[in-house]
Amino acid sequence: MFPARYWREIPQRYRLEANKCKKCGYIGFPPRLVCPKCGGREFEPIKLKSEGKLLTYTIIRVPPSGFKDQTPYAIGIVELDDGAKIMAQLVDVNLEDIKTGDKYHIEFRKVQSDGHSGILAYGYKFVPVR
Amino acid sequence: MRDVAVIGIGMNKWGELWDKSLRDIFTEAALKAIDDGGVDHIDSMYIGNMSSGLFVGQEHLASLLSDYLGQGPIPATRIESACCSGGAAFRSAFIDVASGMNDIVLAGGVEKMNDIGGDGATFALATAADQEYEVYHGVTFPGLYAMMARAHMERYGTTRKQLAEVAVKNHENGSKNPLAQFPFKTTVEGVINSPMVADPLTLMDCSPITDGAAAVILCPADMVKDYKNHPAVKIIGSGHATDTIALSTRDDLTYLKATEIAGQKALKMAGKRLSDIDLCEVHDCFTIAEIIVLESLGFFERGKAAAATEAGETRIGGKIPINTSGGLKSKGHPVGATGIAQIYEIVNQLRGGAGERQVKGAKVGMAQNMGGSGGSTLVHILEVM
Repeated sequence: MFPARYWREIPQRYRLEANKCKKCGYIGFPPRLVCPKCGGREFEPIKLKSEGKLLTYTIIRVPPSGFKDQTPYAIGIVELDDGAKIMAQLVDVNLEDIKTGDKYHIEFRKVQSDGHSGILAYGYKFVPVR
Repeated sequence: MRDVAVIGIGMNKWGELWDKSLRDIFTEAALKAIDDGGVDHIDSMYIGNMSSGLFVGQEHLASLLSDYLGQGPIPATRIESACCSGGAAFRSAFIDVASGMNDIVLAGGVEKMNDIGGDGATFALATAADQEYEVYHGVTFPGLYAMMARAHMERYGTTRKQLAEVAVKNHENGSKNPLAQFPFKTTVEGVINSPMVADPLTLMDCSPITDGAAAVILCPADMVKDYKNHPAVKIIGSGHATDTIALSTRDDLTYLKATEIAGQKALKMAGKRLSDIDLCEVHDCFTIAEIIVLESLGFFERGKAAAATEAGETRIGGKIPINTSGGLKSKGHPVGATGIAQIYEIVNQLRGGAGERQVKGAKVGMAQNMGGSGGSTLVHILEVM
């Protein structure tokens, strides 16, 4: 992982910074310059809602390198309460108990580590709302 | 625009080609296409290749390949659109001939995926997904299609067994294709009981890692009288569309919008309806992909393609034969070559040369080639002249 790139993405990974089209309300995450729905170029900065419901998921059993120590792990798409849909891991839940439609909220966690001396990469994960 | 025909096709057996380099497997397929078409030169060429830089550390591919094909200094261009790089190269060659810019044009595809090993191949393939907002969190391509599968199963009642039927049918077809990487037959139990990769998809729901190439030769339709080796096949429709590459931002996880749009564009250009299509090659990178593609192209209503597959409607001899070549599943999936190999199969079928897997009386064929989780799609329609 390249440090400059990791640093550049911190506003989204750490603080869920997004933007909202002033014309049609489309939420860009990451923030966009042009709205893909209406073509608008005027946006206001927002922070994504931190709760939503699970639309779909899978359990990764053959992982990419960087995730081997976490395998098996669940990853899914959650539609947040503001309508934005984002992908992240589902954690603090038994894999066999995961159901679509369940409520999840976002917590800040370690996502992956780049070997022994590389970057510790952080970001958001979904935790069930109990 | 001029009418354009395919007059030559070339492909060798796909698989783990440890003793051959990328340049050799491409050149072998391209020479076959040149000899098959009976042409003595080519004016330009387009090479579909997703990621030779990551797979074998080689960029600047088109010049290398035109040199090794003995065709320097012709213009040669590499085309990249993930797993539909081949389809996009074919469309570029079609446009080149149709525009009148060049007459004899080669469209090829090649990928050498095994040299780098499993982890390297997984990384290279994942570059077709959104690196910063999907891959960062540990998703893989089987994982993305598994999420689509779960959404489709929950919405439409698609079953685990129905998904397996796609693999069973494609391996049945592939067992009759001497060029296929895995020409064996399998069973529903064999698919369901193979190792789980990303729930609910098992190893046998997934297309393999493959080394392979394919090539075809195009020329203006009014020149085919000069090349009489085979019945010529005309390209009557070409459609190309894109969608978000991030799966999470799509409006519908059970549908492929770019596939629908590309299919409609190709049909409109061809002046044909789906009922005119005698066979179709689709991008079955995973079993669920074939189901969703068939619904997005419109061969079956939404939620109905899985049951139709189970009922045998997509077998050779069924309502619409799908993936007579064995598809990506059995034939193999060297990502940049797949779109060209689909054209190879359609032309071979329309010429009546597909042997044991021949669709009798086939006159019109369609090929659908897709990149990533559906972020790009090419659809072509061909008709025997």
